[in-house]
Amino acid sequence: MIPLGHYLFVSAVLFAIGTAGVFLRRNLITILLSIEIMLNAVNLTFVAFGRQLGGFDGQIIVFFVMTVAAAEAAVGLAIVIALYRHRESLNPDAFTALKW
Amino acid sequence: MMESFTAVVPMLCVTVAALAVMGAEAFRARGENLPVGGLGIVGLVGAAAASVLLWDRNAVSFGVIKADNFGLFVTMVLLLVGVLTIMLSAPVVGRDGLPKGDYYALVLFSIVGMIMMATANDLLVVFIALEILSIAVYVLTGIRRDDPQAAEAAFKYFLLGAFSSAFFLYGIAFTYGLSGSTRLDRVGAYLAAQSLSDDPLILIALGLLLVGFAFKISAVPFHMWTPDAYEGAPAIVTGFMSTGVKAAAFAAFARVFLSAFEPFSGDWAPVVWLLAAATMVLGTFVGVAQSNLKRMLAYSSIAHGGYLLVGLVAANEVGKAAILFYLLAYAVTNLAAFGVIALLGAREAANDELRDYAGLWHTRPALAALMTVCMLSLGGLPPTAGFIGKWYIFSAAVGAGYYGLAIIGVLTSVVSVFFYLRVVVMMYMADGPAATSAPVETPRVALAALAAAVAVIFYLGVLPARILDLAVASVATIF
Repeated sequence: MIPLGHYLFVSAVLFAIGTAGVFLRRNLITILLSIEIMLNAVNLTFVAFGRQLGGFDGQIIVFFVMTVAAAEAAVGLAIVIALYRHRESLNPDAFTALKW
Repeated sequence: MMESFTAVVPMLCVTVAALAVMGAEAFRARGENLPVGGLGIVGLVGAAAASVLLWDRNAVSFGVIKADNFGLFVTMVLLLVGVLTIMLSAPVVGRDGLPKGDYYALVLFSIVGMIMMATANDLLVVFIALEILSIAVYVLTGIRRDDPQAAEAAFKYFLLGAFSSAFFLYGIAFTYGLSGSTRLDRVGAYLAAQSLSDDPLILIALGLLLVGFAFKISAVPFHMWTPDAYEGAPAIVTGFMSTGVKAAAFAAFARVFLSAFEPFSGDWAPVVWLLAAATMVLGTFVGVAQSNLKRMLAYSSIAHGGYLLVGLVAANEVGKAAILFYLLAYAVTNLAAFGVIALLGAREAANDELRDYAGLWHTRPALAALMTVCMLSLGGLPPTAGFIGKWYIFSAAVGAGYYGLAIIGVLTSVVSVFFYLRVVVMMYMADGPAATSAPVETPRVALAALAAAVAVIFYLGVLPARILDLAVASVATIF
């Protein structure tokens, strides 16, 4: 059996990759994907802890998180489309109507 | 069986109203004008009646929603915010051509999320409530599809909101892993037993949850999204989210940190001390430099978040009750101020620059007088609600021995009076074309809402004892 620490390490690395992606990537869609990576890193943490503790709480929480992530992605993509209609660009540096 | 639904009745009332608004919009004949805003108010008033009946009962639903007096007090504040928002929205929705059914349904759904957040007794439910309210507010921010600024504001708000909720969720995951549960009472029992250990995982969980909450209440240095989102959104939506979202987030913040994580207050109190000081100072001093009224009030709302954090750090009886009182005073005042801005806007021009308010007293005396009261209350001058709120917050800080915070708070309040009074001076003493494109007629519904808000501001400022007693009784039930 793989020990808990390994799972936690992998999920921490995933979370860091997602966080770095939000700051470093210069494409709105890729930034949204990075946030999804962060949420999935958290899901991995929940499942790992759930298995460690026994019982199904951790696994069930993941279903909630997946549902919320789907709703969030739907709204996020809709906002990206609305932005694209105004600017014809997906580069976040192009959006400067408001002081960032 | 039916008993387990008791605590969620206020939420159900608002949910049913929201679903009815959505259904009415879907089955509406083309060109037919339905009074969906009124439907929303019916739902909110029903929820308020249910909350009054639930008072002192400590109802619990499914173990995760707890309608204790603390939650119910915040629920009442949120319902008041909802009613005022809908009344003030009535003229705006028609003028700006917003999709009426969608708009009111989203407002109501986000209020459901806020109530859920204020009464949640489980970290997972806090997260889901946070997302219910956030997703609705992201859409509301960008509801003016023809306005590039609104789309940009919505995206910035969405991006940082989703980013911060990932941190919050990561914190929940660690808390769950350590204590084996997401229920606040079980987490609290586990943490109380560990109060002497220095397990790094506990501190990681604490830190991640703190970052998530700090984003939502826009505490410095997690405030970057606030000015942009508040400036780009329609004024009335800004009023709604700067009061409702903040009240709900603070209620959950206080509940999680003052009950479950109370044993570790020695670890988090210094951090929140720094957040509070930085938030008050930055919010005030950057606010002074603004020339756009909405952006100025955005920084002012950041500063007000700092004052609320002072109450959280002090965490004595006075401090906890002061948080509730301040939330009510701030919510009513700030919403009314944004309501005036919304009423002065036009479809083509927002009229939200400071110079647009020059000579407003000569053209629109009623709105200028209402705005003056709001500015005085935000600045904390007697005899308004803001003065009493600040008084109790700072006396709580002094009582708990946080003299430094109290001094920073008083000094930043004094500086903030400068930019609030600048608006007043502009309205009364400057000559100039006051917002020429603004609609001349003020609709009676909106005026009634503003008058009610001002009545509440003066009531809280002159006779605060009754509401303060209620606030003290509310915090006594949980902490």
